[in-house]
Amino acid sequence: MNVAKVLDAKGLSCPMPVVKTKKAMDELTSGQVLEVQTTDKGANSDLPAWAQASGHKVIDIKEENGILTFWIEKG
Amino acid sequence: MSQQKKKTTIILFSGDYDKAMAAYIIANGAAAYDHDVTIFHTFWGLNALRKDAHAPVQKGFLEKMFAKMMPRGADRMGLSRMNFAGIGPKLIKHVIKKHNAMPLPQLIDMAKEQGVKLVACQMTVDLLGLKPEELIDGIEFAGVAAYLADASEGNVNLFI
Repeated sequence: MNVAKVLDAKGLSCPMPVVKTKKAMDELTSGQVLEVQTTDKGANSDLPAWAQASGHKVIDIKEENGILTFWIEKG
Repeated sequence: MSQQKKKTTIILFSGDYDKAMAAYIIANGAAAYDHDVTIFHTFWGLNALRKDAHAPVQKGFLEKMFAKMMPRGADRMGLSRMNFAGIGPKLIKHVIKKHNAMPLPQLIDMAKEQGVKLVACQMTVDLLGLKPEELIDGIEFAGVAAYLADASEGNVNLFI
């Protein structure tokens, strides 16, 4: 997978992971992939919901040592 | 992607720190959803827009009383529950820090940065004797018609 940008949102609480993801996504072009790392458990529901509503695609999700990592492709 | 942006409008009536925090978290989330977001502040909610520094303005006796009795700025607002004469807000701010959540003043800054439209209800500004100089910069003054214009196209409309 070709990751264009990595966003470290670890330690941040709602609504910051989504706010930061949106900002990071604005800098990418269609088809590029953003990697988001977060420790916010709510992000499990939040980020996929946000991605779908914003026309992006969640390619993969991984959870390891309490860190949730999302790979989102810009729509 | 989307043809026309969706809209979120929030009426912030409450002057409680916790309720204002909820309102601003939703506003920031909606802005991240690429909605056009408006927060319409009325009555006690106007206190979230007050500057925390004293602004020298001409006021009558009643207006001065109101100004004294209401919290000057978002950071001085009380809690809707467990306020305990001001100890509650201190506790909440402590746990906000502990959980790395955003305190209300920063949520307001973030909302402005994200282009959330902050509106003060002109009628209640007058009623509470507030002057534009006492309120933070970058806000608009409007009435019910302007709110309805936004809300009637709103996909999310909340009263807090």
